[in-house]
Parts: sequence; structure tokens; C-alpha cells
Amino acid sequence: MTEQTTPRTNRTVLVLLDTPATELRSSALELLTIARGLGRVEAVTLEAPSVPTLAQLSAYGVEIVLQAELPAAVRGGDDAHLSPVVAEALAAALRLRDADAVILSATFANKEAAARLAHLTGAGLVIDATSVTESAEPGPELADAPPAGSLVAGKRVFAGSWDTSCVVRTETAVFTVRPNSIVPEPAPVAVATEVEGFAVEVSELATVARSVSREVHERAVGGRPSLAEAAVVVAGGRGTDGDFGPVEDLADALGAAVGASRDAVYEGWFDEFVGQTGVTVAPRLYIGAGISGAPHHRGGMQASQVIVAVNSDPECPLFEISDFAVVGDLADVLPQAAQVIREHKG
Amino acid sequence: MRIVVAVKYVPDIHAERGFADGRVVRSAEEGTLNELDENALEAALRIIESLPEDERAVSEIVAVTIAGPEADTAVRKAYQLGVDRGVRVSDDALAGSDYFGTARALAAAVRRLAEEAPVDLVITGMAALDGLGSVVPALLAAELGLGQLTLAARLEVADGEARITRELDGVTEELVAPLPAVVSVTDHANSPRFPNFKLIMAARSKTVEEWTLADLGLDPATVGAAGARTHVLAATPRPPRPDVELVVDKGEGGRALAEYLIRNELV
Ligand SMILES: Cc1cc2nc3c(=O)[nH]c(=O)nc-3n(C[C@H](O)[C@H](O)[C@H](O)COP(=O)(O)OP(=O)(O)OC[C@H]3O[C@@H](n4cnc5c(N)ncnc54)[C@H](O)[C@@H]3O)c2cc1C
Ligand SMILES: Cc1cc2nc3c(=O)[nH]c(=O)nc-3n(C[C@H](O)[C@H](O)[C@H](O)COP(=O)(O)OP(=O)(O)OC[C@H]3O[C@@H](n4cnc5c(N)ncnc54)[C@H](O)[C@@H]3O)c2cc1C
Repeated sequence: MTEQTTPRTNRTVLVLLDTPATELRSSALELLTIARGLGRVEAVTLEAPSVPTLAQLSAYGVEIVLQAELPAAVRGGDDAHLSPVVAEALAAALRLRDADAVILSATFANKEAAARLAHLTGAGLVIDATSVTESAEPGPELADAPPAGSLVAGKRVFAGSWDTSCVVRTETAVFTVRPNSIVPEPAPVAVATEVEGFAVEVSELATVARSVSREVHERAVGGRPSLAEAAVVVAGGRGTDGDFGPVEDLADALGAAVGASRDAVYEGWFDEFVGQTGVTVAPRLYIGAGISGAPHHRGGMQASQVIVAVNSDPECPLFEISDFAVVGDLADVLPQAAQVIREHKG
Repeated sequence: MRIVVAVKYVPDIHAERGFADGRVVRSAEEGTLNELDENALEAALRIIESLPEDERAVSEIVAVTIAGPEADTAVRKAYQLGVDRGVRVSDDALAGSDYFGTARALAAAVRRLAEEAPVDLVITGMAALDGLGSVVPALLAAELGLGQLTLAARLEVADGEARITRELDGVTEELVAPLPAVVSVTDHANSPRFPNFKLIMAARSKTVEEWTLADLGLDPATVGAAGARTHVLAATPRPPRPDVELVVDKGEGGRALAEYLIRNELV
């Protein structure tokens, strides 16, 4: 794969902001960093950006924030969040700025918005990319080699067991990028950031499926990082027997997010699970305690950098993909580890 | 009520999975019906089973897959679960389809079924366990010009409407669309049934209808590798992880764990 170099062409890359009203999370800063490697970056938002958000954007070299002005029938209502509506806003921004690429974070809602945007604009789409670069030169061995300057996405598939790279063959490209793909880096020099409104027409089709109720959960995480984006994740499974205390204790000692297996969530012991049908995580460190390591679970965490397992069964499958493992009762092992870590941190 | 269920044939996640020449290796031995499409089939079966007898009698569930002949295993599994008809859209020109080619072919199959008699609902799984894009349902709705109700943890169909509840990225939402609509269901929506003996026997004598691009009036240039907007440039297996460092807890296991993290600068 090509190294990220100074962009060759005069590209404009749009980045959708997920949380403009509060402040940008590190996943958004990653997107801005990746986009800067490809060309001129402009941000798109459906809500007014806050003062902290504007400060972050200026540090990341974004001069223009495009704020969508939705029609009165949709504006401010729950339908404004529907992915077909978001897609139409992004398509309008793309046309307005004659942009070449759009980058979104890889949430379920954004994947759909990305797909509908690509459908509206004829763009190629890569879901769950971990890098986006430009191809330095055509690959000589390929009959349909991409021209130099094509956009190429790296993508890890089959539960983190294969690395692939995909080239986009269309004029415009849409990517969703996974959190924890790169370390965000501010621009060499900060810039002045301005908000520009732009009008969006919303088609009838976009709101054929209407939102009739919408409730955002203020999660009682006590300041813990979000599971999808955390650099460290401690997850508990059926082996906790319902007591997530030791899992949370170790997580807090490490400043980590807490996760679970699907079985633990179905038992009602926790609210978010890691895995192929739950949250996909790829943190620096994943610790699984009392989790057997079923393929569905592994599919959502196997791309983690370091994997640690605690399990009373020496044959548990999670050990097969672990770097470090303790055979033991998690109720003994986790609190002791938390204690030693707290002492170490002082 | 007529329901089309999109089902995908995928490599078994318990087996070794990989690529050859930029394409996923799909063998007849290690492939299976995408598990999450069992939830889609279950949702369709429950809707039909809840109808009054006279409506049930004129109802139909059609399973549709876009794939090569090896995918008949997946369609046959759908028969075993109780669908009435199975269709496989196969064409050499479909090989290497991206999200858009797949959605276009699925949409054309649904349109063709709708020419026979109205289709009320299209149901899909939340994701295919190989591609894991979770985008085909949204694209299918866009292609067909229908409302999209995706990632349903609950689905109700009544009075010409479909209503879903979903839990997504920390938001609980209820969405409604008029029929026909495209719905994708999560693994939370239901517990798929096991095939019963009678249906297993009956499935043996059922045939899978085979349609080509020409049957669907699709231009081969718009699907498959020819129409794909993205191409796989390279696919390489990741090196295996080094052997695990295993500690048996005899009272100091937690300390050993903490020391491992400290030593590797993970604290
Ligand atoms: C279509 C489908 C999708 C799925 N998607 C997901 C998904 O996204 N994520 C997911 O997690 N699952 C998913 N599952 C479920 C998955 O297959 C497993 O059933 C589940 O992950 C098992 O959860 P577990 O490891 O907590 O439980 P178990 O498999 O029961 O494992 C419990 C483990 O705890 C150990 N243990 C017991 N007591 C202790 C103790 N005191 N101390 C230490 N260890 C102890 C045991 O040795 C065992 O290894 C899916 C299933 C299906 C069919
Ligand atoms: C590892 C991998 C990565 C890929 N990455 C990309 C990419 O970045 N961009 C791109 O354009 N293409 C990509 N593809 C190609 C893409 O997977 C196929 O086009 C596929 O048929 C649809 O995508 P999906 O598997 O992600 O399905 P999803 O969108 O996850 O499937 C959701 C539901 O749609 C239905 N469905 C999906 N496929 C079919 C089918 N063939 N027949 C019947 N029903 C179906 C099923 O009900 C399924 O549950 C990738 C394929 C693989 C194997």
C-alpha cells in the first residue's frame, strides 16, 4: 500500500461531523487527519457547530464548515436523522463544492447514509476502511490498473485475518472509516474556520419511512469512553455470572470502556456487546474475561492490537488469539490486577 | 401477503476463510446460508403465520439469492424453514459484483416477482457475515423507490404499514412506512426455528428457479466486475499471532496480568 504523502491533485474532501453540537470525538479527528492527506478538507454538519467544535476544526486545518439547511418540514424533527435525508444533504454539499470524496465514521447509521449518498451520486463506496490513500502509480501487473492518484482504501476483513486494499474506479468516492485506525494529528498551522449554510432539498422518497419516536439514551457510563472508540476495552461474558463489578473495576483502573458478550447482554447484565452483530472494536488493548471467544464475538474484536483473556477454562477458544492469558477465576484475577495497576499509577 | 426474503450464501464463519485472485473463495462444502438471514426468514414466516386462514392460503414467501449454483444449499435451507419458492439469480457477468451490482440485481428480481403479483414486503438480514457491509437493504430500498426500515429489533405489519423498533448507536427509534417496504431485521428480532422433519423431506423435491440477467432485463455492463465501482487490488492473510503467554492463577494471576500490561506500556 502507498504511504500517505502530500496530495498530488487538487481534491476537495468532505467529512461528515457526528457530534458538532458538543465537541468532536477522536473518531472525527481521525477522519479529518485522513482527509487532509488527500486534499483540501471541508466539514459538513446538520447542526450548528459549537464553539469547542469550531476550535477543533481550526486546529485541524478546516476553513469551511458547510451547515445543511433542511426544508422546514424536516428541520429540527426526528426525520432529519434518517439516513436517506443525511445522504441527500451530503449529495447537495458534494455538488455545491464539486468535491471528490466524502468520509464518514463507521456507525450503522453512517454506513447507510454513505450507501444512499453513493447511490445518488454514482460514487464508489468502501465500508469500514482503516486507511485511505492515493495510489502513487498504476500497478503494472494489473490489466485494469488504477490510474495514479486513484483513491485506495485499506480494509481488514474476515475477523481481522486478511488485509485487503480496494481501489475506487469512479470519479467520486465515499468511505466509512473505523475508529482507532490512525492517531489524529492537528494541521501544521491552525486556520480561521467559517460556517457557511447551504440549502438542501429533500425528496419525497427520503421520508417515505418516517421516524415516529426517537429517544437518545444518556448512557450512565460515569465518564467512561465509548465502546466503539475506546483505546482500551474490558469485556465480560457469561463467566461473570451476572456480576460486572470486577470487569468495571479493572476498566476504571485502566480508563477503559466496558463491553460484554452477546449472551451477557441478553441476560440483562450489561447494555452493549462486542461482536459481529454488535459493536466492532479494534482498540490498542482488549481484555476479555469469562468470554469463551465464539466466532461471532471474535469477529468483532480480533483486529485489536493486543488481546488478553481471563478464563477458568484452559481450553477456551479466546486463548487461541490472545497475546496473554490467565487461567483463573475472573472474580479473583481482575480485582488484583486493578489493584496493582492503581498502585503503579500512584 | 407476498414477501420476498433476500438470502446470501456465505463461507462458514467456523471455517478457514480467504481470497483467491481478489475474490472470496466460495466452495460448496464450506458455504452456508448467512445465519442472519435466518432471522429474516423467521420474520417473514411469523408474519404469514399470524394471518387469518383465508389470507394465509393466498400468501407466498419467496427466497431470492444472487450467487452461483453452489448457493442452492442456502435456498434449500430456506425451503426447510418453510418458504414457498426459491429463486437464484445466476450469471457469469454477476461475478465480482460490488454493493451496487448486488442491490441492482436483487431489485430487478423483486420487480420481476412484482410483475406476477404485488409484493408487499422485502425482508433482509442485518448483514452478510462475509462482506459485513450492512448496506444492501438501504440500497435495495433506494433502487426500488421504497421506504427503508432497517435494523429492526421488532417488526409489526398491520393496516398496510410496517412499523419497526430499533436500537442503534445509543438511540431507540420507531419508524413507520407504508407497504411495500424494505425491512432488515437484526438477530434480536426473533429466534429462528429449526427445520422440522416434514419440511426437510419436502425440501428435497423442491427446485430452485434459476434466472439470468437477460430474464431480468439487466445490462451485464452495469453489474459484476464490469460495473463495479471498486476493485480489490490486493488481499493478503495477516501473519498469525505469536503464541499466547499463559499464566495459571495460583494467587498471583492478577498481578501477572497487571505486570504484563505495565511491561508492554499498555497502562
Ligand atoms: C447470528 C449470531 C450472531 C451473534 N453475534 C454475537 C456477537 O456479535 N457478539 C457476541 O459476543 N456473541 C454473538 N453471538 C453469540 C455467540 O455465538 C456466543 O454464544 C456468545 O459470544 C457466548 O458468550 P460468552 O462467551 O459470554 O458465553 P460462554 O460461551 O458461555 O462462555 C463463558 C466463558 O466463561 C468462562 N467462565 C465461567 N466462569 C468463569 C469464571 N468464574 N472466571 C473466568 N471464566 C469463567 C467459561 O470457561 C467460558 O469460556 C451470536 C450468535 C449468533 C447465532
Ligand atoms: C470481505 C468483503 C468486503 C467487501 N467490501 C466491499 C466494499 O467495500 N464495497 C463494495 O462495493 N463491495 C464490497 N464487497 C462486495 C459485497 O460484499 C457484495 O456485493 C455483497 O453481495 C453485498 O454486500 P455484503 O455482503 O456486505 O451484504 P450486507 O449489506 O451486509 O447484506 C445485508 C443483507 O442483504 C442481503 N444480501 C446481501 N447480499 C446478497 C446476495 N448476494 N444475495 C441475496 N441477498 C443478499 C441479505 O439479506 C443480507 O443479510 C465486499 C465483499 C466482501 C466479501
